[in-house]
Amino acid sequence: MSGKRFVARSTRVAARMIGDETMIMSGADSSLFSLNATASVLWHAADGVTPIAAIVEREICSRFDVDPDVAMRDAIELIDALASHGILQVADAPFAATDVAAEGKR
Amino acid sequence: MITGGGEPGCATIAIGRVAVGIRATDAGFLGMLEQRYAGFIDRSAVPHYAFDVCLTPPDDEEADAELRVIRHGHRWQLERGDFRADWDPLLRCGRILQSPNPYSIDTVLRIVHTLVLAGEGGFLMHAASALRNGRAFLFAGASGAGKTTIARLAPRDVRLLTDEISYVRVEDGGFHACGTPFAGEIARSGENLRAPLAAIYLLAQGPENRIDEIPLAEPARALLTNILFFAEDRELVQSVFRSALDCAERIPVRRLTFVPDARVWELIR
Repeated sequence: MSGKRFVARSTRVAARMIGDETMIMSGADSSLFSLNATASVLWHAADGVTPIAAIVEREICSRFDVDPDVAMRDAIELIDALASHGILQVADAPFAATDVAAEGKR
Repeated sequence: MITGGGEPGCATIAIGRVAVGIRATDAGFLGMLEQRYAGFIDRSAVPHYAFDVCLTPPDDEEADAELRVIRHGHRWQLERGDFRADWDPLLRCGRILQSPNPYSIDTVLRIVHTLVLAGEGGFLMHAASALRNGRAFLFAGASGAGKTTIARLAPRDVRLLTDEISYVRVEDGGFHACGTPFAGEIARSGENLRAPLAAIYLLAQGPENRIDEIPLAEPARALLTNILFFAEDRELVQSVFRSALDCAERIPVRRLTFVPDARVWELIR
């Protein structure tokens, strides 16, 4: 997967931030996912219009003391995993606003 | 057509203020329902939903087969190896095809209640529940965590709502727990009572009886993990998700570590 691709929160999930974790439930099969603080940053930044590389640079590298290459590799691994469960969507072009789930924060 | 619960050939089972009429022509099957759901049979209630049961001969049924609950427009299709059911909540009626066994109808009832509750801010949950001093307490945990044990240890002033499947609904703006006939290992129906939900305990067995606070996200995770929901339906999943998290925010959720003896109930008041 390339950092030039775009990532969007699926509209087929329910999500809410609790503390620094994000709880996500799949609307397809009710499976439950819990994202830690770093993964939550990526989830909330997945607006469908910001390239993955830009998300990693702005949201991950600027907040956490991490090597940019390692951050990129970890982000892509996480995106792949969440996409395989239908939690995130990945595409070569930006998504329309209606294709991105609204954020739930508490 | 929906008629009164006292109609001949109909057993009306009212759980958590939702009355489901089960109509059948087989007197033996109806007698089994009357016995199994004894504390929840309401002859005066007009069923909110009525199902006609069409009994089939016992066959090579597969109760372990995958359960599917699918929405087609406003109708629901429920099926497993041992039954097939169609339900139209708008017309308030449905049809169940099953052999004369208690397990299939019990599963259909559980599913119907999860779907009704999902739209009303409630849910069914893998948890024992009990009423004491006018307040309800839930005891949640996976199989083996101690739901049946804590139910068995309950002193006389405690009224058991269920040892297996708890029924949580919103009434007067607050979460309430209601009794259910959905029994676990005790194989005894809960009492048909309700009370405001005072606390939810996540069960763990250990060397002493104690109650502990738990980290911020754990109550939500525990509730979501233990909720029963069967339908492949985005809207209702989102509704159940919101209800569970609202409940976790509004009701104290604690870890209850207990030695399997009756003294644990000294902590539950």
